[in-house]
Amino acid sequence: MDFSRRETIALGLGAVALSVMPFRVAASTEEVIAGFTGGADVADGGVTLTAPEIAENGNTVPITVAAPGAVAIMIVATGNPEPGVVTFNFGELAASQSAATRIRLAGTQDVVAIAKMADGSFVRATSVVKVTIGGCGG
Amino acid sequence: MGMNLFKTTAAVAGLALIATGMATKMTHADQGAKLIINGELTIPTRAPAPAHLEAIDEITSGWLYRTSETQALEMDDFDNPSFVFVDVALDLFDKADGSEGKACSSCHENVEDFAGLTASMPRVNADGMLETTTELVNKCRTERMGAEAWSYSGGKMSAMTSLIGLQSRGMPVNVAIDGAAKPYWDKGKDLYYTRVGQLDMACSNCHEDNYDVMIRADHLSQGQINGFPTYRLKNSKMNTTHGRFKGCMKNIRAQPFGQGSDEFKALELYVASRGNGLTVETPSVRN
Amino acid sequence: MASGVKPRVKVPKSAAAGSAITIKTLISHKMESGQRKDKEGNVIPRSIINRFTCTFNGKSVIDIKTEPAISTNPYFQFDATVPEAGDFVFTWYDDDGSVYDAKKSVAIG
Repeated sequence: MDFSRRETIALGLGAVALSVMPFRVAASTEEVIAGFTGGADVADGGVTLTAPEIAENGNTVPITVAAPGAVAIMIVATGNPEPGVVTFNFGELAASQSAATRIRLAGTQDVVAIAKMADGSFVRATSVVKVTIGGCGG
Repeated sequence: MGMNLFKTTAAVAGLALIATGMATKMTHADQGAKLIINGELTIPTRAPAPAHLEAIDEITSGWLYRTSETQALEMDDFDNPSFVFVDVALDLFDKADGSEGKACSSCHENVEDFAGLTASMPRVNADGMLETTTELVNKCRTERMGAEAWSYSGGKMSAMTSLIGLQSRGMPVNVAIDGAAKPYWDKGKDLYYTRVGQLDMACSNCHEDNYDVMIRADHLSQGQINGFPTYRLKNSKMNTTHGRFKGCMKNIRAQPFGQGSDEFKALELYVASRGNGLTVETPSVRN
Repeated sequence: MASGVKPRVKVPKSAAAGSAITIKTLISHKMESGQRKDKEGNVIPRSIINRFTCTFNGKSVIDIKTEPAISTNPYFQFDATVPEAGDFVFTWYDDDGSVYDAKKSVAIG
């Protein structure tokens, strides 16, 4: 069920003691990032995001992310209807804190990688990916 | 550590962006790139045009017109998403289906025995009819296995024709255009140059008059089919020639011919012949 | 169980003890995002792989939370340390409750 932010707040105000459930609002980029960082400051650098400058097709965009010393890396597509893309959590047998995958981008936008480092700090990197439309639309 | 991770994606994209120290405007169509699959199979992507093709001197694979990231996907049989569908076809090849309780492998012991088939298809059979690989598969299924025909460009058929096409990968395209094939070839050629649809365009308007030109953000190719079925990033699945012909005709706002129709079969023969001398790349990756 | 879901994994057959290897995984899955509408204008409900894990002899290599923006036929590549001979287990979790898995053994050598 989707609740607008206004409805969620109204419910919260008028509610009896219900356990607080995170409703599936179409979250903004800031909310998605805050969900990962807990609101902590995010510095630049320390994480490398490799994405094409021009994505031949928005359906399948190959990306690679690496952050030596990270425990987890989250990717956010700031221009997608739902900004969350993927979160890599590295286990004890991860040989490197890096991963590659293929993502969907709805249009030209900033793709952000946020790494949670072992000391609890957060760092980010941003790439602009241009998403193109084919000639015949086909 | 982790260097292997960058082998395919970053090695190509990174070369343009990082190594030169400046962002190259386009990682587009590196037309000097070499197609080497799995580090060992070199596939020529250019060839002299066949004699019957007067308007073009050099024929080129669609691979050359794609961005370096897309090109990289075809260079490794694991990165190439087609192969999960080849695996599906391998399972189907061994699976008994139909009233006779046979699998493909009951008669065709090794799928490798199909080497060379796709490179010469479509072709005229002993009854004088032009036949495609898809029709051969369905003929076996209905007449010898007692099984139902598969849908012409559905998941199972496109997976199977990808598996069969893979057996010809690396071989030169060589379809017959003379003798019994000539009347079909003439018909296909005629269709290729006939304007259709609301946009009133023929195949040749894009793929012969304007290949290598950008149409909005699409880099037009020569419309070769040496890599079909192909995994298209656009729909994340295997695409067949007739499926593609249908899509192209719809883009021109024309009423498409039926898949498996005489028109599309003749067109397939003619378009394949425009690639005589190119190399089979099935299953390829395109945008 | 979503139909036609097939995993595919690439793991070297052997590795030196303590070395790092690169693993590639793919699974054929539609990853219906929940953004698309059918011909009548109704939203096609989301149905995706929402989590992928890789373990080696029971220890975690990577645990990936996936959202609808992962492309159809999800592909993941990552590095793993191989301390001894053993088994990699790959598990994909589907929104509909299905679980798909694959296993690959690695020898030391």
